[in-house]
Amino acid sequence: MSENLTPDKDLSPAATPPARQGKVSSRVIEHYVAPLEETPLSAVDSVDVTAAPLSLWAEAWRNLRKQPLFIISTLLILLVLVVAIFPQLFANVDPTSCDLGNSAEGARSGHPLGFTLQGCDVYSRVIYGTRASLMVGLFTTIGVLIIGGVMGALAGYYGGWIDVILARLGDVFFALPLILGSIVMMQLPAFRENRSVWTVVLVLVIFGWPQIARITRGAVIENRNADFVTASKALGLSRFKALVRHVVPNSLAPIIVVASISLGTFIVAEATLSFLGIGLPFSVMSWGNDIASAQPQVRNNPAVLLWPAVALSITVLSFIMLGDALRDALDPKARKR
Amino acid sequence: MSNYEKDMSVNNPAKKTDETPLLEIRDLAITFETANGPVNAVRSAHLTIMPGETVAIVGESGSGKSTTALAAIGLLPSNGRVSGGQIFFDGEDIAHAGEKRMVELRGNSIGMVPQDPMSNLNPVWKIGFQVKETLKANGLAGSNHKERVAEVLTNAGLPDAALRAKQYPHEFSGGMRQRALIAIGLACSPRLLIADEPTSALDVTVQRQILDHLDTMTTELGTAVLLITHDLGLAAERAEKLVVMYKGQVVESGAALEILRNPQHPYTQRLINAAPSLSSRRLQSQKVKDALAGAVAELDEPVEAGYTPSPVPAKSGLPSLRKDAEPGRAQAGDTILEIKNLTKVFKLRGALGKTTDFKAVDDVNITVPRGTTMAIVGESGSGKSTVAQMTLSLLAPTEGSILFDGVEVNTLKGKALFDFRRRVQPIFQDPYGSLDPMFNIYRTIEEPLKIHKIGNAKSREKKVRELLDQVSMPAATMSRFPNELSGGQRQRIAVARALALNPDVIICDEAVSALDVLVQAQVLNLLNELQEELGLTYLFITHDLAVVRQIADHVTVMQSGRVVEASSTDEVFNNPQQRYTQDLLSAIPGATLLV
Amino acid sequence: MFTLRRFLQLIPVFFGATLLVYFLVFATPGDPIAALSGGKPMAPAVEAALRAQYNLDQPFWIQYGLYLKNLVTLNLGQTFSGQEVAAVIGRAYPVTARLAIMALAFEAIFGVFFGVIAGLRKGKLFDSTVLVASLIVIAVPTFVLGFVLQLVVGVQLGWAKPTVSGAAPWNELILPALVLGLVSLAYVIRLTRASISENMNADYVRTATAKGLSRRRVVVVHILRNSLIPVVTFLGADLGALMGGAIVTEGIFNVPGVGNLLYKAILNGETPTVVAVVGILVIVFVIANLVVDLLYAWLDPRIRYV
Repeated sequence: MSENLTPDKDLSPAATPPARQGKVSSRVIEHYVAPLEETPLSAVDSVDVTAAPLSLWAEAWRNLRKQPLFIISTLLILLVLVVAIFPQLFANVDPTSCDLGNSAEGARSGHPLGFTLQGCDVYSRVIYGTRASLMVGLFTTIGVLIIGGVMGALAGYYGGWIDVILARLGDVFFALPLILGSIVMMQLPAFRENRSVWTVVLVLVIFGWPQIARITRGAVIENRNADFVTASKALGLSRFKALVRHVVPNSLAPIIVVASISLGTFIVAEATLSFLGIGLPFSVMSWGNDIASAQPQVRNNPAVLLWPAVALSITVLSFIMLGDALRDALDPKARKR
Repeated sequence: MSNYEKDMSVNNPAKKTDETPLLEIRDLAITFETANGPVNAVRSAHLTIMPGETVAIVGESGSGKSTTALAAIGLLPSNGRVSGGQIFFDGEDIAHAGEKRMVELRGNSIGMVPQDPMSNLNPVWKIGFQVKETLKANGLAGSNHKERVAEVLTNAGLPDAALRAKQYPHEFSGGMRQRALIAIGLACSPRLLIADEPTSALDVTVQRQILDHLDTMTTELGTAVLLITHDLGLAAERAEKLVVMYKGQVVESGAALEILRNPQHPYTQRLINAAPSLSSRRLQSQKVKDALAGAVAELDEPVEAGYTPSPVPAKSGLPSLRKDAEPGRAQAGDTILEIKNLTKVFKLRGALGKTTDFKAVDDVNITVPRGTTMAIVGESGSGKSTVAQMTLSLLAPTEGSILFDGVEVNTLKGKALFDFRRRVQPIFQDPYGSLDPMFNIYRTIEEPLKIHKIGNAKSREKKVRELLDQVSMPAATMSRFPNELSGGQRQRIAVARALALNPDVIICDEAVSALDVLVQAQVLNLLNELQEELGLTYLFITHDLAVVRQIADHVTVMQSGRVVEASSTDEVFNNPQQRYTQDLLSAIPGATLLV
Repeated sequence: MFTLRRFLQLIPVFFGATLLVYFLVFATPGDPIAALSGGKPMAPAVEAALRAQYNLDQPFWIQYGLYLKNLVTLNLGQTFSGQEVAAVIGRAYPVTARLAIMALAFEAIFGVFFGVIAGLRKGKLFDSTVLVASLIVIAVPTFVLGFVLQLVVGVQLGWAKPTVSGAAPWNELILPALVLGLVSLAYVIRLTRASISENMNADYVRTATAKGLSRRRVVVVHILRNSLIPVVTFLGADLGALMGGAIVTEGIFNVPGVGNLLYKAILNGETPTVVAVVGILVIVFVIANLVVDLLYAWLDPRIRYV
């Protein structure tokens, strides 16, 4: 609050009014008493021991499993995961055995989505392309969570110079948006010549961590002065242990939400980089690469571009939907009774 | 026919005056649609307000008092609806009136002063604008609206109104915001004003000024007031008529002083027994009471309901006897905590990196004898909580010393500090913030034992059970999480956690301020019993003098960082020396209505 | 006062961001000249010119200082084909600016409009529809959306030209702007909706209703202004993202803007052009952020005093 407040006391003359005796009405006021049976008294503040105990996570889970958004997104994510790990279960055509004789052919038995210009099976490529996209999304998110989470938590909790430096650093990275920064970096020879899933992950982590750091910092600041943290310190818990034991667990909800949504955006970012020709190398099968290579024929054979795009969109959509469902379930405002 | 009507016809068959009630609520039922199905928040509620009359609804949180009042102005939350009964405003049933009719009525026929001054003004508009639009909406702005706005604000007790009108809410203090809200509520001279806990967020002295002012204004304008409050003393002092609500129902209503002196319903009796603003004795443990019982029996006949055992021990009237009969306080007397010349200066960051010094605590001296309760009383900004923080060694003093059992607290490090932490424990104000929502109750109470590496898993569980028993909570609570407990229950868990390490001193920072009266009485009783039993020393920080009376042996009154008065509780209450203390005392609502 | 302080705070951001770009290009492993040429062999004359342009014989900090000076004075060197980079950017910039402004206007107008309606009718059919649609738009990558719209609207329906002609007039930019702004539009809708529905339950909104204001006035005066504060911040920060997104969009529609320039420079490995363009984009972004801060302070008086 600013300093130019006028103290309340000065507002009215200091004269103490005469002692108040209560108001007595000149009207007749009947004295009504409710019959006791209607409003039985219960013991003051008794504990309800009938319901099953619920942790916050258990409560969130109970809400979530009734939410269609959550069920659909989780099922989709599980499906995508299984496809990524065991693609051979879903496609029995080798995606790399391409026959130019089949170039740009339409769908036929055993090849439900037709062929690319190079004569590769589109369906098989979509199935086998899952792994690369998901790996980039997953590992980037993990990396961003580690760096951004640690930086954000330390800055938010300890404040001071760490916070100042982090805030400025975050601003600097914010001035260079994810895609733009990644493009600059990926086109450098050092990266361009060593393209792999890991270089893409590295670059996306470098430009992606400030967002998680910001969210974590905000959540930690909200909790660092909570009475339960002060109470633990007064019990003899060290400052750092209080951060780990009390502050971080209470700050997880918004971080989980953002991480889930970010996972989706990282997959899109990878695809965009691949589309621009500076993402994953062509030797790696990925949706982004397939979209890029289908681009020249988009007007004649849009299906080749469409199917990897659909797979990509559904994957991203399920992560974003999951984040949305989690946001509703973990909303701190809804949590307070 | 409802009970109410039946009751009326039986008790008062001839009562039919030609006066039309301004507001008459009949058999009102309000239902909320929640995720767990519909909840009946209010059932067969009824009340009558005659023109110009002040009627207070009293009840604890969740009693339906605010909901009833909001229904009268058509502002129920979107998931709530009137599911039965009528609301007559000046003879017209508005329980299901359309939005258009309600917009007509609001402002110039029914005004409202809301509860929390901090969140009820729109932060992005100037105060003047927010007053002006009220006048405009009700066609009262006229051509000279600037003067009208200034006039309205001046009437509500804001000096320099023309200038103030150009400021934003964040430039106002809490009291000033509440005045602005009163100005808005009364701007169009409504015939009925709904005042929903209009001052509960404010300091007592400010509260008193504002209520006095509200009284004067409504009397001048002839406005009837529906006052919603949890404070029975305040209600009795400000209203002609009381309506007591409990669990969504009206349990008793009638003339204010009549109800105060002659409560009929057991709930009302319970409430009056527990109301701190009306009680004037220190609580005593059962043991002390038994010791005194013989001597007191013929002197003081406690007003007992005889229906359910009241959680509050009946007031027994002889405080002077207490000192003589103090079993369980063998070693009382020596000093356990001594605060000397304590000063804390905060550096406030001003514009352009300049810092100004702010003395939050200024040369404070407090001595606490072992086994007693020392209360530090003061209003917001008095520095009382800063003293508590420093005593807990959570904040370093700028100057001065704090001696705990003869040892300087300030310089403690490592093992010595760890040991100090075991012996001095805090209990905080906000029952919703003081327990980690991710920890279940067992882990919460076990935490101090674990930190101090006391016992093994098995012995710790036994200890937790004992502690829960000590604070009268069932052992089944162990597996529950804080969000499943009420405020009072959480506060009892906080007490259990504080007791886990067998401390010598417990520092209660506004430990009961957020609780409902009955729950508050229960926690105060618990604290008192524990003190007798375990020989605990309390440093009790509070803004509420009425509570001090119930729990403290000695009082230190603080104002703007300084100690204004320090003495025994009886001395401070019966013979206050300083003007400020006198003001504080006389501002306790209902203090003069002692029965 | 507030303006000055915000302005001062942006200076380190500007230096930091340009340093970051510079550092990325010149301090990553390998010969900087090789980096500048994208690893391709080049004529000795070009190499010499590059060395002189980036003062590579100087210590790092002096190099950086001279780079900044060159950036501010628009002395940006030459492309491989011998054109002045400054002149090339000068031609491309107005096109991208036009595109970005159109996209921003599109997302601001439609985003706030749909967001407000959805927020006011939370849980109703309109709200759910808008919500699902926005999720889908966010999930589908911009380049896919671009191709689809180009194919459907441009080629099959023939409502707009699928590619933009050299002068890039306003009307031909409508479709690219739509594609560019679509993802952000979805974010604006969601943000506005969340903000509105939160503010609807604010205490001051209830108080405003209790004063006797009409529903319409309560929404416009009390809910809308408060809810727009986070939206404005988002829109400002989004200008930078739009510039980045322009690479893809301009590539698809062949818009002769900065993004296209950048795209071609990347394909050809023309790092000097990349560095210059990104440097300029950072400046634009930093200025946009300043404007947002001022707008923010105007919308929310509390900020001015913090």
